[in-house]
Amino acid sequence: MEPRFNKVRCWQVSELNNYLKELLNSNPFLNNLWIKGEISNLKKPGSGHLFFTVKDQGSSIKAVMFKSRAGSLLVPLKNGMEVLLRASLSIYERDGIYQLYVEEVQPLGIGDLHKTFELLKEKLLKEGLFDTDRKKPLPKLPLRIGLVTSLTGAVIQDMLRIFRERLPKANIIVSPAAVQGPEAPEAIVKGIKLLNRHGQVDLIVLARGGGSLEELWAFNTEIVAREISSSKIPVISAVGHETDFTIADLVADLRAPTPTAAAVIAVPDYREEFNKLNNLLDKATGRLSTLMEVEWDKLKNIKDLTVLGKPEKLFAMHLSELSQVFEKAETLAKVYLEGKSNKLYFLTEKIDGLSPLKVLRRGYAICQDHKKTIITSVNEVEVNQAFEVRLKDGYLDCLVQGVKVVND
Amino acid sequence: MIEKVGDRPYEEAFKEIEAYVALLEKGELSLDETLNHFEKAVRLIKYCKGLLDGAEKRVAILLETEDGELKLENLF
Repeated sequence: MEPRFNKVRCWQVSELNNYLKELLNSNPFLNNLWIKGEISNLKKPGSGHLFFTVKDQGSSIKAVMFKSRAGSLLVPLKNGMEVLLRASLSIYERDGIYQLYVEEVQPLGIGDLHKTFELLKEKLLKEGLFDTDRKKPLPKLPLRIGLVTSLTGAVIQDMLRIFRERLPKANIIVSPAAVQGPEAPEAIVKGIKLLNRHGQVDLIVLARGGGSLEELWAFNTEIVAREISSSKIPVISAVGHETDFTIADLVADLRAPTPTAAAVIAVPDYREEFNKLNNLLDKATGRLSTLMEVEWDKLKNIKDLTVLGKPEKLFAMHLSELSQVFEKAETLAKVYLEGKSNKLYFLTEKIDGLSPLKVLRRGYAICQDHKKTIITSVNEVEVNQAFEVRLKDGYLDCLVQGVKVVND
Repeated sequence: MIEKVGDRPYEEAFKEIEAYVALLEKGELSLDETLNHFEKAVRLIKYCKGLLDGAEKRVAILLETEDGELKLENLF
């Protein structure tokens, strides 16, 4: 129904009220308001709905909280209570009054805040939201980190600096959110939601610098707690100072005492990790070269074992086997350790000093038949038989042209 | 045969390296086995270093456009 302004028109009262109501309801701004004020004229009729007035020093407005919403109140309303309300504004047609339709109430008085905190904590604790077995494991090396915090202020700068120092390779995705004020709870919820939708981070850090209980209040709200709990990506909470404990801390997968501490906890220092890896490499390299040394000594001893019928044959066989091991170790060292560690030189030098290959380098050769069996006697071959000669840098394909026996 | 290092998480690869090194240090392996374990360990060490090492990445902001699409914008 569109009223005609061009002519004088007689309105029904209900028509006018209905028109105004539609006008107000179509305004999105009035559909989601945050209002700060004091409660007065509180009435609690048997219907279970709550009727009251919200006022500041100069003005007041009527408000109603329906039974269905009033059930979510953690602290009962009372006259004189300082509150923050989320509500929509509309018209009550029967009486022709505009009023607030209250969705939720956040007490602002310090005593009430503490009480709300305790009650919410108890409620979520009973639901099991703080249970240890709900905590998601954190990746040790998160290469993609989501950060839910305010874009302004020192907190984000400090954290980015620490991330850069400790793990320059890490990708940081900031999901900006107000972390203080009436819009903060929903902004934080949205920040976490967006990162989950994006799905391209291994970890979320929810951060805010220090502040009073009121300033940190967003982190004690139920919607923020539930969003952290339902995040598929693990969440580290980093709110305020060491002594500040929030509901968000309790429900997060890990609580960091401060935002900067969170940055340190979240990512390892790549230099420390390199050191650890190099230490492991030292141990592995040390062990391998020690063992190669032992085997080489054993091999040398075989030559002196006169009890054995043909120590030379045994020696040559082991020499061939050991050569292969040494060769492989040398290749591995070159391929995997190249340029990354001084240990490369340690290992290759050691291999060089020990290697049976050195024997070949001095001009000796190993003869093998087609089965790679080592030939140690002229009696083991016939004329025209093919065989292979292993030299320091490769193999020769050979043919026996004649056999001469030497009698010592 | 040595299986592919693949894209296993860092901590998993690190634990494997520790396990191989512990086995090596026990000293109960043959030379061949030692070499084999050594190879696995150094492969994983190289893999881990590759994960840690790399160019400095940029910082991006995640935003939602009016039609509900997600987009990334560079920050600073």
